[in-house]
Amino acid sequence: MKILVTAKRVPDSESKIRVNAEGTGIAETGLKWIVNPFDEIAVEEALRIKEAHGSVEVVVATVGPAEAQEQLRTTLAMGADRAILVRAVKPDTTVVARILVKLIEKEQPDFVLMGKQATDDDCNEVGQMLAQLLGWPQATFISKLTLSADKSSATAIREVDGGLETIEIPLPAIITNDLRLNEPRYASLPGIMKARKKPLEEIDAASLGIDLAPRTLIKKVTPPAARTAGRKVASVDELIKVLQTEAKVL
Amino acid sequence: MSNVLVYAEHAHGHLPKATAVAVSAAKKLATIGGGQTILAVLGSGVGDVAAAAARLGADKVVTVDNAAVAHALADVTALTLKAVAEAVGASTVVFAATSKGRDIAPRLAAAMDAAIASDVTEFNPDGTMVRPMNAGSVFATVELVGEKKVISVRTTAFDAASGPGAPVEALSIAPVTPAKPARFVSIEETKSDRPVLTEASRVVSGGRGLKNGENFTTVLAPLCDALGAAMGASRAAVDAGYVPNDLQVGQTGKVVAPTLYIAVGISGAIQHLAGMKDSKVIVAINKDAEAPIFQVADYGLVADLFAAVPELTDKVKALAK
Repeated sequence: MKILVTAKRVPDSESKIRVNAEGTGIAETGLKWIVNPFDEIAVEEALRIKEAHGSVEVVVATVGPAEAQEQLRTTLAMGADRAILVRAVKPDTTVVARILVKLIEKEQPDFVLMGKQATDDDCNEVGQMLAQLLGWPQATFISKLTLSADKSSATAIREVDGGLETIEIPLPAIITNDLRLNEPRYASLPGIMKARKKPLEEIDAASLGIDLAPRTLIKKVTPPAARTAGRKVASVDELIKVLQTEAKVL
Repeated sequence: MSNVLVYAEHAHGHLPKATAVAVSAAKKLATIGGGQTILAVLGSGVGDVAAAAARLGADKVVTVDNAAVAHALADVTALTLKAVAEAVGASTVVFAATSKGRDIAPRLAAAMDAAIASDVTEFNPDGTMVRPMNAGSVFATVELVGEKKVISVRTTAFDAASGPGAPVEALSIAPVTPAKPARFVSIEETKSDRPVLTEASRVVSGGRGLKNGENFTTVLAPLCDALGAAMGASRAAVDAGYVPNDLQVGQTGKVVAPTLYIAVGISGAIQHLAGMKDSKVIVAINKDAEAPIFQVADYGLVADLFAAVPELTDKVKALAK
């Protein structure tokens, strides 16, 4: 069995994100970069399936800058078998989905695990687009995944607005996870040593023969409307008073 | 002139506020780009829902009444909506950015070969639109290339629409089922007598400061009920298993903008603020005076929540009498 997992390079969620001087994106100086936390969970799930079922190859792919090698090495250190970096300059979700179609046609995985969204652009689009482009079923926002005994299908529990939905999907399929699927492991020191020798293939997106023109163009980036801090109240009585007389919400 | 199609989310014969918000956003788009606003109701036995949908302000309601689209699974719904959009002459399709909308919209965009923007908060007269990124730390103004567009809108960013009653037309479109479809098994719905989190005018949310799930019931719930408020939670509280996932407010949970938001025992990570900072009045109760939540709160009370919340509950109850 082969599982393809996607892992995006994103700024650390703890970093303070600001608009750059040109107003075209975020200021990248001094940012720490990590594996998208949702994708880290997808990698963990693939590793757990490998540990439970044996003879599973876990391939991690990313679409992004050359520096994303660093994040792929992190997933290899966690235990993935090999990695593929498709170099592309600021691709939008449409372009990423098209590139992943090409990769999947070549790699022929049994299914694909992805984080439901990347914490940088917060799009939450690629998995669903990819599923449609491939004509595969999708199970998005999952918190539990169970493969059938013959691995021809899977049952997924999805976190939806009203509660938890269970669906069954034939494989191959695109599966995107929410945060509560598992708790990802840290890479061990031996894992980090081993990761250095694991294969990491680099492909130039331009060599794939597909349309790389983005459909969603970012024209400018601006800071949010500022919300100013209010004031402290000394007691519950004062809180009630200001909510009644000043804010007029009680 | 091309029309704007809106996907009507519904459950148990009821249309959530999110659908009315999506119609309102679509009408705004139609004002800029022209065309009619058409609301699509897909499902099984949707007569009553369609009648209710007719009063949401769209120019027309169309229905596809078929068991194959009963559970709104993304694969069959996206393909069927594509056929509906073609039938009614719509090149733009609008969704509410709910879990259902975000499941289906990108799949439809790929099916239509349309450009997509998710979680849109604003439409500009020049056709560009605005959406948050990086947990709302920045906002991007985006242009969608080409005539075909799929857009999901943030439900707190637009007012709910209503109207006098629009004509309802049952379309003779058969659901388009993919070769290997997903199959609905079951849904475990969170039962609550409290208002719906995303529709409530008051929300009381708890964080890790509540320490366990029992305290959500014994400490937080009485305040919710005294205020007639919905209950919410931070990701930390949900991850710790104190409360179910559908109470999560934040970047990866629900976005709310009530008149009154009370954050109890929540430190205020940017990921949580992303889901509530558009609330009209924000109150924070936290024993840590340095907690970031106080930087967005209109009123902050530095106190032990286990003393302050019961006191607040009793005094709010006394006010009601």
